[in-house]
Amino acid sequence: MHQVNLETNIMELNEEIAAENKEIFLDHNLFTANLMSAPGAGKTTVLEETIRRIKKDYRLGVIEGDLMTTIDADRIAALGVPAFQITTGTVCHLDARMIHNALKSFDIHNLDLLFIENVGNLVCPAEFNLGEDLRVMVYSTVEGEEKPKKYPMMFHEAEAVILNKIDLLPYAGVDLDQLKKNVLEVNPSAIIFPVSCRTGEGLDEWVDWLKSRIEKSRETMSERDRTRSHAHHHA
Amino acid sequence: MHEMSIMEGVLTLAGNEAGKHGYQKITRIKLRIGEFRGVVREALEFAFDAMKGDTAAKDAVLEIETVAIRLECPNCKEIEYIPGDLNLLCPGCGSPVEFAAGREMQVEYVDME
Repeated sequence: MHQVNLETNIMELNEEIAAENKEIFLDHNLFTANLMSAPGAGKTTVLEETIRRIKKDYRLGVIEGDLMTTIDADRIAALGVPAFQITTGTVCHLDARMIHNALKSFDIHNLDLLFIENVGNLVCPAEFNLGEDLRVMVYSTVEGEEKPKKYPMMFHEAEAVILNKIDLLPYAGVDLDQLKKNVLEVNPSAIIFPVSCRTGEGLDEWVDWLKSRIEKSRETMSERDRTRSHAHHHA
Repeated sequence: MHEMSIMEGVLTLAGNEAGKHGYQKITRIKLRIGEFRGVVREALEFAFDAMKGDTAAKDAVLEIETVAIRLECPNCKEIEYIPGDLNLLCPGCGSPVEFAAGREMQVEYVDME
């Protein structure tokens, strides 16, 4: 018997492809945002409202993930934005390879911002790095205050958490302050945006933050390009 | 059921490793999975049984060690984790705390012959 000590990350194969994706995104100055949530939290509606507010500033593309149908990609395409639908069949998440393959459907030289709407699921997508710049979680506030404590992984992985459907809070009897507190307990650095896609409340704050986040990332990218061309110059 | 995808990765990693060392048969795979990962042990075991069939690991034993969550505050050092009530804000000083353990997702070793 021969024992090989690996101590290797189980997700290594996905991580390798995610790193390739990351390189492609960097080479094309393409900012990518991965939207995750349970089914029905309002990812697509948040995305539509975001696109309406942001499409004059950036050349957009959207990858949609669902088990079946092209309903979501059709909704995005109706806004005049190139959209590609991944239908996973039974797979409960998007992985780096699916994104790698989907990129072939876009003219990525002419894109500034790519949204990836993950499969609706409160657990699995958080485990799969796609090589994205930003992870955003959308949560439907009417589902209650306690979900961040019960299903902490995705909340923990997100840089920004959008608390959607706040117009329904009075009917649902959900305490927004308690919900925010629970989000911060599982992710102390989370940036929280309470929004309503019905009334429009909070959406501008979210979009302003997203824009500044993209610009910050671009500064880092051009910094990297300068370092590279500098290194090249001296080679 | 992303455990299927995860197990596919495990079997590929283990198979590659056996091939690299010139062995045909994998007899044991040892995993370390942190409590704070979205992975269900039973689902992983089910995936292993369902997928090992035509691989070098078809007669292998799958051993899964669950690694408990341990939290550490930069100021107050180890803080108590109350199972089911994850709070990453230190009860002592309010600082964000880090996972000292519980985020593992590792193939620890592979036995082959």
